[in-house]
Amino acid sequence: MYETIFYSVENGVARITLNRPNTLNAFVAQMNMEITKAIKAASSSEEVRCIVITGEGRGFCSGQDLSEVDENMDHGQVLREKYGPMIKQIYQCEKPIIAAVNGIAAGAGFSLALACDFRLLSDRASFINAFIHIGLIPDSGNSYFLTRLVGEAKALEISILGEKIPADQAHVLGLATKVVSSDNWDAEVNQFAERIAALPTKAVGLIKRTIKATAEQSFTDYLEEEAQGQRIAGLTKDHREGVQAFMEKRKPNFIGK
Amino acid sequence: MKAYEFIEASQQDGVALIELNRPAQYNALNRTMVREIVDALEAFDRDEEVRAIVVTGKGLAFSAGADIDEMAGDHPVRLELLNQFADWDRLTLIKKPIIGAVKGFVFGGGFELALSCDLLIAASGTEFSFPEVTLGVMPGAGGTQRLTKIVGRTKALEWLWNGTRITTESALQHGLINRVVSPELLMEEAMKTAKQIARQAPLSIRLIKDSVNKAVDYPLYEGMQYERKNFYLLFASEDQKEGMNAFIEKRKPEFKGR
Repeated sequence: MYETIFYSVENGVARITLNRPNTLNAFVAQMNMEITKAIKAASSSEEVRCIVITGEGRGFCSGQDLSEVDENMDHGQVLREKYGPMIKQIYQCEKPIIAAVNGIAAGAGFSLALACDFRLLSDRASFINAFIHIGLIPDSGNSYFLTRLVGEAKALEISILGEKIPADQAHVLGLATKVVSSDNWDAEVNQFAERIAALPTKAVGLIKRTIKATAEQSFTDYLEEEAQGQRIAGLTKDHREGVQAFMEKRKPNFIGK
Repeated sequence: MKAYEFIEASQQDGVALIELNRPAQYNALNRTMVREIVDALEAFDRDEEVRAIVVTGKGLAFSAGADIDEMAGDHPVRLELLNQFADWDRLTLIKKPIIGAVKGFVFGGGFELALSCDLLIAASGTEFSFPEVTLGVMPGAGGTQRLTKIVGRTKALEWLWNGTRITTESALQHGLINRVVSPELLMEEAMKTAKQIARQAPLSIRLIKDSVNKAVDYPLYEGMQYERKNFYLLFASEDQKEGMNAFIEKRKPEFKGR
């Protein structure tokens, strides 16, 4: 079904592994489409309560495969047709998405990590906004997400200087949820993903929705969004379970509904 | 209540609900279905207990448009004799407020049905579109007219020529819809809106709709004369006496629709 990625679901966690290791998982059009399709499948699957995106081999994702670029390419059109729909699918997804950044994330690979909700970085990982080195601008939502994460001044530095950002520095900048030793990488990623998958999934999605509303709506509209979100959360089984567990002084068992 | 094949109709506490019921076909409108919608609207319009009508679709979409299979082989003479759009004309005669609760796809004939409602509440993520141009035809149930009267010629041409998918943000910005709500709460919010209107003086609601519709069709001077007559007419109602007395006596009015 997929050729450029692996897709699997286990213990409520959907895993999307970019699988072009010889190119450090560079994007080709097919990979854009397969990621979009996989995110869509995970979004609509009842079983899935957390999504992990990672890379096969040494790299996370090295950005656009430059061997696909020629002088006839309409860069704007490629974004509208390939990268835009992929990033939008990620942005609109209401399930939590973890970028498990196992190695270098460059260019649109950095953008892919930025579009996710959590970024777990291996101590071997690094970010680089490499677009400037080939005379282009950050794309695939990059500046939208980066500016919100690190502020305008740092976003400008990172994008215009195009310097490599090692994992520890990324953490200081607020670009990493956590830096993980490469020795424990798989175990720690799985543990984190399973922890997220055990949360009240609907509430997690509604938190994503309301936090996005802060960027898109006026304060008054945001308050209405918040009221609707809380109304929806208040109707979930997980809310009832949470309250009951609290009263009974036990750990809640959330089912994601 | 009459049994329908392609819709479900019900009512509760003064609010009637019409649900398009072909979810497997994204509520694509066939001719019988349109007739059923209009029949149900007319029945509720006559029913004294009903004060507002909500129209929505079962399943993921409001309505993805007309049933293409049904009309692929049509001929102009047959269409003239069939006179299917007469049902749409009857729809414009409904006097009570119609609230559309829309979601998913609102395409073609589905979009025309939505534009025939008085208020529209949309679930976030709803997409509106007139894709007729991609089939070598154009809207035929009022789409070019109603859309243009709401958003103006410039946007109407752009959207109709390209079959553009209109987002809720754009629809809100151009005055096509009243509100965007979370998909999970679409029906709850639509019913709340309907009940709010159902609490108002029914004759006021009725004559306000009548007058506002005239504003769309009439020149300003004629519209104002028309409005005046409706204003005078309300002074013949019991609810006008009740409303004004309640105001003077500092209490809540009880409207009876008479």
